[in-house]
Amino acid sequence: MTRVFDLLQGKPSDPDFKKKPVIVQGITGKFGSLHTKLMMEYGTNIAAGVTPGKGGEKFEGIPIYNTVKEAVDATGAKISIIFVPAKFFLGAAKDALEAGIKLLVAIPEHVPVRDTLEVLSLAQKNDAIVIGPNTPGIMIPEIIKIGIMPASPFKAGDVAVLSKSGTLLYEISNSLTQAGFGQSITIGIGGDPVNGTRLIDAFEMVKDLPGLRGLVIVGEIGGDAEELLAKRIIDSGFKKPVVAYIAGRAAPKEKRMGHAGAIVMGTYGSAESKVSMFNKANIPVAKRPVEVPVLLAKKMDSYSD
Amino acid sequence: MRLLEYQAKELFKEYGIKVPPSKASKDIEQGRKDAKELGYPFVIKAQVPVGGRGKAGGIQKCNSDDEFELKYPQVLEMSIKGEKTRAILLEKMADIKKELYLSLFLNRSKRCYTIIASAEGGVEIESVKNQIIKEVGLGDVDEATAREVAKEMKLDEKASNDLVDFLKRLSKLTIEKEAELAEINPLAIIGDGSLLALDGKVMTDDNANFRHEELQKYQEKSELEEKAEKSGFSLVELEGNIAVVGNGAGLVMSTLDMLSDNGGKPACFLDVGGGATTESVYEALTLISKMKRVKGILVNLYGGIVKTSVVAAAFIQAYENNLIDLPVFARLRGAESEKAKEMLKDTKTKLFDSVEDAINAAVMGIKK
Repeated sequence: MTRVFDLLQGKPSDPDFKKKPVIVQGITGKFGSLHTKLMMEYGTNIAAGVTPGKGGEKFEGIPIYNTVKEAVDATGAKISIIFVPAKFFLGAAKDALEAGIKLLVAIPEHVPVRDTLEVLSLAQKNDAIVIGPNTPGIMIPEIIKIGIMPASPFKAGDVAVLSKSGTLLYEISNSLTQAGFGQSITIGIGGDPVNGTRLIDAFEMVKDLPGLRGLVIVGEIGGDAEELLAKRIIDSGFKKPVVAYIAGRAAPKEKRMGHAGAIVMGTYGSAESKVSMFNKANIPVAKRPVEVPVLLAKKMDSYSD
Repeated sequence: MRLLEYQAKELFKEYGIKVPPSKASKDIEQGRKDAKELGYPFVIKAQVPVGGRGKAGGIQKCNSDDEFELKYPQVLEMSIKGEKTRAILLEKMADIKKELYLSLFLNRSKRCYTIIASAEGGVEIESVKNQIIKEVGLGDVDEATAREVAKEMKLDEKASNDLVDFLKRLSKLTIEKEAELAEINPLAIIGDGSLLALDGKVMTDDNANFRHEELQKYQEKSELEEKAEKSGFSLVELEGNIAVVGNGAGLVMSTLDMLSDNGGKPACFLDVGGGATTESVYEALTLISKMKRVKGILVNLYGGIVKTSVVAAAFIQAYENNLIDLPVFARLRGAESEKAKEMLKDTKTKLFDSVEDAINAAVMGIKK
C-alpha cells in the first residue's frame, strides 16, 4: 500500500483503521461548515476544527482550536483540510505543516502561485503531501471523503480516477459508477498552474494498488502535466487499462478558461499536444465524458493479467 | 494579466531594463503629437495581446507624415488573430547587430521558476534554438547564475555584462510583480555592443492582483467580464451565438467542446463556480441578457449538492422579470429534477436528461 492510503485509512492493526482523524481549518466559515457536515455524514472522522479566535467553542459537537498545533496535540491527526479564503491560505497551510500535518487538502481557489510555491517547499522539507490548491479533494469511496465532492457519483470499486477538474470528476465518476466501475480512490489534482500533487505524483500513489483494475485520467488544457504523465506511463511499463479525457479542445488560445491553469500558450498546454502524447502511450482519449466507461470496458476486455 | 508590449516596457523602464525611445497612444491625435516628438523614421506597432503580429502586418515602418496618416489608422483598425488593436506604440528603430532571447517563467511541472536564454532569438519561443535552461527556485537570479547564462551564450564582454544586468533586473521584476512570465524577445545587441529590449511580454498572476494595486491600470476587462468577476464567475467572451453556462471550469470547457463538435457556435464560456444557487444562475442570465449576439442559452449544471429545483427557480424569475426572452436548453443534474421539469413545463426553458440531447436541441433550435 502506498503512503497516501496509510494516511487515509491506516493499517488493519490500527485501532482507528478506516477512521483516521481529520482536522478542518476554517470550520466555522460558510463553506467550511457546510462541508464539515457533509463529510461527517459520509463517515469521515472529523476530529477537530481550527478557527483562530474561536478556540474552546464547538461546531456540531466538534471541538474548535485556535491553532493546528493544539488540534494535532489533542487528536493526533495527520490530515487537515483547508477552507480559508485564498489570501489566508499561506498562513493556514504553514500552520498545518509546522504542526506535523502529513496530508494537507487545499480547497481554496485563487491562491497566488507564489504562495503555493512557498507552501510546497515547506511541505517537501516536512515530508508532507499537499493535494491542491483549487482541488475538490481526495476520497476512498465509502471509507473517507476529504473534500467538497458530492457523495452520489461515487461507489467503492477498483478504478482510480485522477482529475484536474472538480465537476468533471463527479460527472465521469458518475458515468463509471453507472457502468459498474466503482472507484478505489479519486484524487482531485486541482485547476491551478502549480499543483501540490501533480498527475505524475498521483499516478505514483495509485499505480501499485493491489487489485487496481484501471485508471482514468481527467485532464484539461494548460501546462504539460498530461504529457508528462503519458510519458511516465510509457516509461514505467504500467500495463493496466488507462483511459483519458481532455477538456478544452474548443477553447481559444491565451485565454484563461475559468481555472488559473487552463490556458494555452502557443502550442504549450494545447489539447492536441496532450491527445497526441496519450495516443503515443496507447491511451484512448474520450471525446465526451460519457465515452469514458465505454473505452475503459473495451480496454479491460483486451487486457489480460 | 497579460500586459501589452508598451505596458511591459513601462515595467522594464521602471526596473532599469533599457528599451528604445517610444510613445504609446490610442488615437491619431495623440499619435501625431507622439510622432512629432519622436521624429521619423520609426515603427508603428499594434498593441495586441497575441503573438505573431509582425507576420500579420501589425508592425509597419514609417518615414513621413504621409505614411503616418495612411498607416496609423490601418494598424489601429487591425484585428490580429481575433484581437483588436488596443493601442499603438511608435518606436524608434535600433541598429540591430544580433537578436537574442531571454525569459524567466513559472515552470508549472517543475514547480519553480526557470530561465530560458538563447543567442538565437527573434523568433517565437517554440522555434528558439540552442536554449540555455536554468531552474531558479522562486525566481531569484544571483550574479553567479546570471554570469553562467551569459557565458553559455558566448557573448563578448560588453553584451555579457549587460545580459547579467538585464537578467538580474528581470528577476527582480518577476518576483516583485508576481509575473508568471517575463520575456524579452528579441533582446538586441545594437551597434555599440550594448543590449536593448526590443519587445516585451509580461504575464502576471491574476490571483495575486489583490496585492498589486499598481498593476490595476493595466487591467483590461470588458464591462461584462468585470461584472462576472464581481459575481465570482469566470467569463470568456467568444464569437458565436449560443451562450454556454455551467458550474466548474472543466465541465463548461467540456460543454464548449461538445457544442463545437456538433456544429454549434459558442457565444461565451461562463462558469458560475463549483456551487450553483438561484442567485448565481440568475446573475449569469443577467450577464447573458446583455450580450446582443446570443440567440440561445445552453446550460450544463452538475449539481451534486445543489437541488435542480433551486436552479429552475432562477429561470422562472428571469422570464417573470422579462430579463430574458431566449430559449434555454438545460441539463440539470442533481436532486429534484422531476420537480424542476414540472416548474419549467410551459416556459422557454427545456430540460434534458443528457447534455448531448441538450446540445443537439440547441444546435437545431437556434439554426432555425
